[in-house]
Amino acid sequence: MEFLSYLISGISLGSVYAIIALGYTMVYGIAKMLNFAHGDVIMVGGYISICATSYLELPGWLSVLLAMAVCTVLGVVIEGLAYKPLRQATSLAVLITAIGVSYFLQNAALLIWGASPKGFTPIIPATNAQGEPNALPLFGGQVSISYISLLTMGACIIIMLALTFFTGQTKLGKAMRACSEDKGAAQLMGINVNRTISVTFAIGSALAAVAGVLLCSFTTSLMPTTGSMPGIKAFTAAVFGGIGSIPGAFLGGVLLGIIESLAKAYISTQLANAILFAVLIIVLLVKPSGLLGKYVPEKV
Amino acid sequence: MLKVNDINVYYGAIHAIKGVSFEVNDGEVVTLIGANGAGKSTTLNTVCGLLKSRTGSIEFLDKNLASIPPHKIVELGMAHVPEGRRVFQQMTVEENLEMGAYTQPRVSIEPNLERVYEQFPRLKERRKQVAGTLSGGEQQMLAMGRGLMSNPKLLMLDEPSMGLAPILVEQIFDIIKQLHKAGTTILLVEQNARMALSVADRGYVLETGKIVATGTGDELLHDEAVKKAYLGG
Ligand SMILES: Nc1ncnc2c1ncn2[C@@H]1O[C@H](COP(=O)(O)OP(=O)(O)OP(=O)(O)O)[C@@H](O)[C@H]1O
Ligand SMILES: [Mg+2]
Repeated sequence: MEFLSYLISGISLGSVYAIIALGYTMVYGIAKMLNFAHGDVIMVGGYISICATSYLELPGWLSVLLAMAVCTVLGVVIEGLAYKPLRQATSLAVLITAIGVSYFLQNAALLIWGASPKGFTPIIPATNAQGEPNALPLFGGQVSISYISLLTMGACIIIMLALTFFTGQTKLGKAMRACSEDKGAAQLMGINVNRTISVTFAIGSALAAVAGVLLCSFTTSLMPTTGSMPGIKAFTAAVFGGIGSIPGAFLGGVLLGIIESLAKAYISTQLANAILFAVLIIVLLVKPSGLLGKYVPEKV
Repeated sequence: MLKVNDINVYYGAIHAIKGVSFEVNDGEVVTLIGANGAGKSTTLNTVCGLLKSRTGSIEFLDKNLASIPPHKIVELGMAHVPEGRRVFQQMTVEENLEMGAYTQPRVSIEPNLERVYEQFPRLKERRKQVAGTLSGGEQQMLAMGRGLMSNPKLLMLDEPSMGLAPILVEQIFDIIKQLHKAGTTILLVEQNARMALSVADRGYVLETGKIVATGTGDELLHDEAVKKAYLGG
């Protein structure tokens, strides 16, 4: 039963990673760049949600929408100002710029919201007004799943399915896949590549905002550096599952959360991250394209 | 329909196109022939806006294309089937064709698909197959079909017969003749100069970035210098 509760907390943590990883993988798939600032957009989303609930006194669900709106704009602006001018540049230059953007966001947050951790009210509190836990008891109460965990898992699955439908069935989604393969040929089809990339950043950043609110609902506190570690882990998850693949990011995120949670419980809290990355290295040695990454032979 | 006037194109320090001018009139098949590296693909890529010329002008349907981005040029009615096919390898045949009709209203996709499938029955059989697993010849058909999906007024083909078996080359040229008859204007780049000149109304010979000869298809076919350089004597 103990194992089951670790597993549940692993899956819900993993669902947060998966939502972040989905954003990472979308942006990587289409723009072919690692947006290292993605994790920091999560942090901004968290702060916006705090501001919305404490200063504007908006309800929790509305604060999520506001955070999504702000992060969407932020993501599109970052892409337009920092990455778009580098479209022809080497990937190393873009990577360094992304790291720069990441530091910029962290320091901007430091200036605006200060260095000390801010308390975050979970969008579903741990207990209800009567002091009973907001959780679903299983096996006659031996294990329980908190509502926030259920919400996170549900959100993650819905987002994954929605993205799969979007890229597979809609005109804009197919255009994204075309851009991801060959931007020149996509332009020859009449696809506006720059706009398509902007839309991708908008989607990725909106997902980051959702992830930010959910993540902070688990950690219940927020600092300017809160986004970086989950950002890196989600990136790992995306690579683990096969970068560019939507089901891959989902699977990678959930597995990573489970591994982390079980490693913390049964091996060592300090070593959990080391174990996580060790697993990644082993998977990549065995299958360099990640769990669900595909290898497509080029025909000339 | 298309007027190219004194374009100069550079790749960094390399001066690839040196003052090229030519035109394509309504309903014509015009071919651009030349040796490897003469600048044929560069010329097409400049016409469709992927590359920019430092001088001169390109007019398509009486519009100057200088400030129009490539995706908008497609909307004006120009389709470019690029060198090396460049089909979307991870998308299915049908999705590739849909991408070809990206600028078209939804209602015209179905009839266009039917037309392309009629021209290339092989594509219909493989509509759900991922393009990367098609044979080279099938990919070439797909690339051409994809170009036709936008109902182009001007179709630019960059070496459509490259790497194809003789029977497929015949088939591709038959389709070019059919399209010509149906009134499509075509700008054709070919290594296979004999075939190209025999279907073309007019031709231009490109040599290291300059046009060195021009004339009707027949004239060029019987030109001594052209015979020697491009038709194997
Ligand atoms: N991306 C590039 N960077 C630098 N030089 C290039 C580039 N693309 C083409 N060139 C050069 O420009 C010249 C013209 O090339 P282009 O591809 O237009 O030739 P082509 O006539 O299409 O030849 P082919 O028949 O072999 O396809 C060549 O000398 C080539 O080396
Ligand atoms: Mg060429």
